[in-house]
Amino acid sequence: MLRMILYNLLQVLVVLLASPLAVGVLNRLKERVQSKHGSSIFQVYRDIWKLFCKDQVLSDQSTWIFRLTPYLVFAAPIVVTLLIPVLTSYPLFFAFMGDMLGAGFILALAGFFAALAAVDSANPYGAMGASRTRMVGFLAEPVFMVVFFTVCFVANSTIPYIVQQTWIHPFANFFDPSHVLIAIAFFMLILAETGKIPVDNPSGHFELAMIDESKSLEFSGAGAALVKWGGCMKFFVLLCVFLNVLIAPWGLAAGKAPAAVVLAIPLVLLKVLGAIMLITAVESSLAKLRLFRITAFLGLALVVAVAAMLARMMHI
Amino acid sequence: MAHPDISWIAALNQLTAGFFLLCSFGLIAAAQVTGCIRFYVLQSLLLACSAVLLGIRDHSTDLFIAAGIYIAAKVILIPLLLKRTARQEMIARRELSQVIGVPSSLLIALGLTLVAYYIALPLTIHAGGGARTNLPIGLAAVLIAVYTITVRREALPQMLSLLAIENGAFFAGDAIAPAFPLIGELAGTFDVLMIVLVLGVLSTQVHRSLGNTAVGSLSQLGEE
Repeated sequence: MLRMILYNLLQVLVVLLASPLAVGVLNRLKERVQSKHGSSIFQVYRDIWKLFCKDQVLSDQSTWIFRLTPYLVFAAPIVVTLLIPVLTSYPLFFAFMGDMLGAGFILALAGFFAALAAVDSANPYGAMGASRTRMVGFLAEPVFMVVFFTVCFVANSTIPYIVQQTWIHPFANFFDPSHVLIAIAFFMLILAETGKIPVDNPSGHFELAMIDESKSLEFSGAGAALVKWGGCMKFFVLLCVFLNVLIAPWGLAAGKAPAAVVLAIPLVLLKVLGAIMLITAVESSLAKLRLFRITAFLGLALVVAVAAMLARMMHI
Repeated sequence: MAHPDISWIAALNQLTAGFFLLCSFGLIAAAQVTGCIRFYVLQSLLLACSAVLLGIRDHSTDLFIAAGIYIAAKVILIPLLLKRTARQEMIARRELSQVIGVPSSLLIALGLTLVAYYIALPLTIHAGGGARTNLPIGLAAVLIAVYTITVRREALPQMLSLLAIENGAFFAGDAIAPAFPLIGELAGTFDVLMIVLVLGVLSTQVHRSLGNTAVGSLSQLGEE
């Protein structure tokens, strides 16, 4: 029991420490594809450290929401980490505290407060970014729901530890159309939710075109560091859900010995590297969509998800 | 169905069918002509894959040959012919116009898929696994392609949807009638090649005299 709690905390530690690296590697890879030299893969750690060392400026016009939000944005992915399989393929101590739906709600709560804080800061770009994020959010919502429905149908459960096992027992399930289609739909969702290229340009510095970034423009010092770090962790957590829950639980620790769990860390990081390469390929080969084209992109994601559900319902 | 090999092949065939359906959706959603052609080629490739898988399951050499014909005609020859007959401006055209927007079109296509399932599934109760997968998906592909023809305004995407109808029909047909005479298969394919040639030349002429290929504006006879 104590060991399960320790492993759970180890998961949190891995997410905390490895997520800036994942974002750094993604940025570096993208710049290399564009034949630039690119910044170091550890640049995100340096940015976060630099921000922590700086003073925080808070507008006296802003309310408690603005002060609370960085902590919420930082804490939400950590709570989700407790619920999902990052390193082990068997349930850990907090695994049954909440299911995938719960994890989605927790991330949505952080997103909601981030949008409120952006409006609270009275920065016009903040409010614009917040409303755009909400637009992407409500277009993504039906896709999320259909993906969850289908996962429920297939696995008869929404606990991620149980879901991940159904795809490979028996192994023919892996090629089930609903499985593959769900994975595609969820990948499109990750692109939309973390502000990647067909939806948003994460490396753009032009406030008018920003969707995700402009919400955090008003944060400074430690607040900005927490928001940045939280964003990295959200990306990492979503990748973990995608890889470990929806694709397959390969590379996760099956044994309960500490050595197996520690060995799972590099394997999981390797898997994340694979997913990052895929995202790099997508981001480098597509152009950013116009704002009103996003409906078509997420509409396609919805169609893929519903096709997955149809495939499941009709072939029983 | 107890044999493990067969369940594998059935699963792979279902996966192929899923992607086949996605290509139909892609034909609706693609914003450029090159995108449409790419989706069409991919769909034809998946058609060939499905034929091979069904051929392995039924030990039918006919289906292997059919798959070869599909690849030769649809994956290689048709895109080649299109690129030769159609003008470069028509192929390179971006931002195709549609009567109904992409998101609503996708939802309608979803509805059509449901209809196809409701029509086709009762027919396949006593059929084998292949028909249960291929018939609804093939029918859905046919319906979606018909819908695509009606919403697209330009000639080239309409032509590709016309070809996609034929893809859907063959997709369903391979599973229902695996012993379909090869001569019929060949004749159908050559017909399609001719259609591509004729339509390509025709739409190029339309493009030359009108400047675009929006078929809707051809509803009146003009006098020179």
